[in-house]
Amino acid sequence: MQKYSIFNLVKNAFSGHQNWDLAWKDPTPKKEYDVVIIGGGGHGLATAYYLAKEHNITNVAIIEKGWIGGGNVGRNTTIIRSNYMHDDNALFSEFGMDLWRKMSQDLNYNVMFSPRGIINLAHSDAQMNVYARRGNSMRLNGIDAVLLNREQVKEIIPMADFSENVRFPIFGGLMQPSAGTARHDAVGGLMQPSAGTARHDAVAWGYARQADSMGVDIIQNCEVTGFDVSGGKINGVRTSRGDIKVKKIGLCVAGSTNVLAEKLNMTLPIETHLLQACVSEPVKPILDRVVTFGAGHFYISQSDKGEMVMGGDLDGYNSYAQRGNLPTLQHVLTEGIAMMPFLSKLKMLRTWGGIMDMSMDGSPIIDKTHIEGLYLNCGWCYGGFKATPASGWTFAHTIAQDRVHKLNAGYSLNRFSTGHLLDEKGLGTKTWIS
Amino acid sequence: MLHIKCPHCGMRSQNEFSYGGDATIKRPELNKEISDQDWDNFVYNRKSLRGKHWELWQHLSGCRQWIKVERDTATHEIFNTLKANEEIS
Repeated sequence: MQKYSIFNLVKNAFSGHQNWDLAWKDPTPKKEYDVVIIGGGGHGLATAYYLAKEHNITNVAIIEKGWIGGGNVGRNTTIIRSNYMHDDNALFSEFGMDLWRKMSQDLNYNVMFSPRGIINLAHSDAQMNVYARRGNSMRLNGIDAVLLNREQVKEIIPMADFSENVRFPIFGGLMQPSAGTARHDAVGGLMQPSAGTARHDAVAWGYARQADSMGVDIIQNCEVTGFDVSGGKINGVRTSRGDIKVKKIGLCVAGSTNVLAEKLNMTLPIETHLLQACVSEPVKPILDRVVTFGAGHFYISQSDKGEMVMGGDLDGYNSYAQRGNLPTLQHVLTEGIAMMPFLSKLKMLRTWGGIMDMSMDGSPIIDKTHIEGLYLNCGWCYGGFKATPASGWTFAHTIAQDRVHKLNAGYSLNRFSTGHLLDEKGLGTKTWIS
Repeated sequence: MLHIKCPHCGMRSQNEFSYGGDATIKRPELNKEISDQDWDNFVYNRKSLRGKHWELWQHLSGCRQWIKVERDTATHEIFNTLKANEEIS
């Protein structure tokens, strides 16, 4: 594989950048693999990469119905954080933060990781107490957290509404200084002069390129139509491009988990919902942090191109449509304007939607199943993108060793039966309001 | 914007309604033997399929009645609505 470096950049400049190697191949599926990963999103690609890198398992195929990077890895708002209260979530995410920090060097691909910090705003004394508790839990787990008072928040984000007569005055906030964003699929470079280079989904592409170079087959436009299960064991997978014999399958298809689970006669503690996000027209730098509105569900950051990247609530009913409805967008942006009134002056550039696995306690599932050789990675709710490296790393371990790692032991499937829920927000089973 | 035909009030916009989840889930009969699996299925497990889906909505900013709606989860097309006490045929 050709290394990406300043030397190679200069060398290829002489031939007008026409002779770069393909980043990955377009193989025809083989008849048999050691492991098949279903789903060529961030998590699936990362899983294949860590299977090859950490466990020396390279006879691996990734099967993707569409194209890699076309699903949620290209539809998120790129926020990376580990500001969780519960140990299982906090330690897992913090492990992921370490992988993020090393990712660009590790993958030889610039993912433009920008540790700019995330601020969760508090709007009442009670909320300040809750954040103090969460911040203390984080610090006990070795994660940085700073509780900010109103004046400190004002210094960092003076453009927020600090006037006297607001419905939700800002009391303060909780900041994780090391959280940040990374480049993902630029959601349309059409408004950008440098569109060609801005459209790359660096995280997905970086993992894909490395996995491919170690022998993983990335098979796109290949839909799974069924599974070959007998005697409680996986024997193979049926696809639109032929049957494949395989003993181990990793299901990594957040957003379509329920559809594939049905083919396996499994009913999971997951509902599929739609989440929208949007970006404004690009403006000059104004916001150098990620900020979340504590009185509702709204968050914002500014991309390197200057667009304000915003998101909030689910559309609120089960959905497989990768597009949203306007009432939710209006609701989310109303909250945004309440928090930062200047947003009302901006024009909206793009909106889009992705479909989420909403689990019943708000935490994911990375586990074995009752079918031997079938491994499950699903239920990522709002937090899939930031979990990409840690999810891939632990899922690869679970598949390779046929046992869960201690980092994903809490993300078991049977926690719903045993009562060991990881309910970070304490909201219960109404996934569409959590 | 969805338009939902409330069986009590007629066609109204989605803004007037709030969602209530899968309408086919039944609470286990308390006077019968109930296994852990039955409770699991009632509380947590959902098919949540792509395609036609019977679900509960409440006409919160209208008559405040709960209703049943048959909607396609991929296209958002609404086929049928029923009063809460009407059985899905």
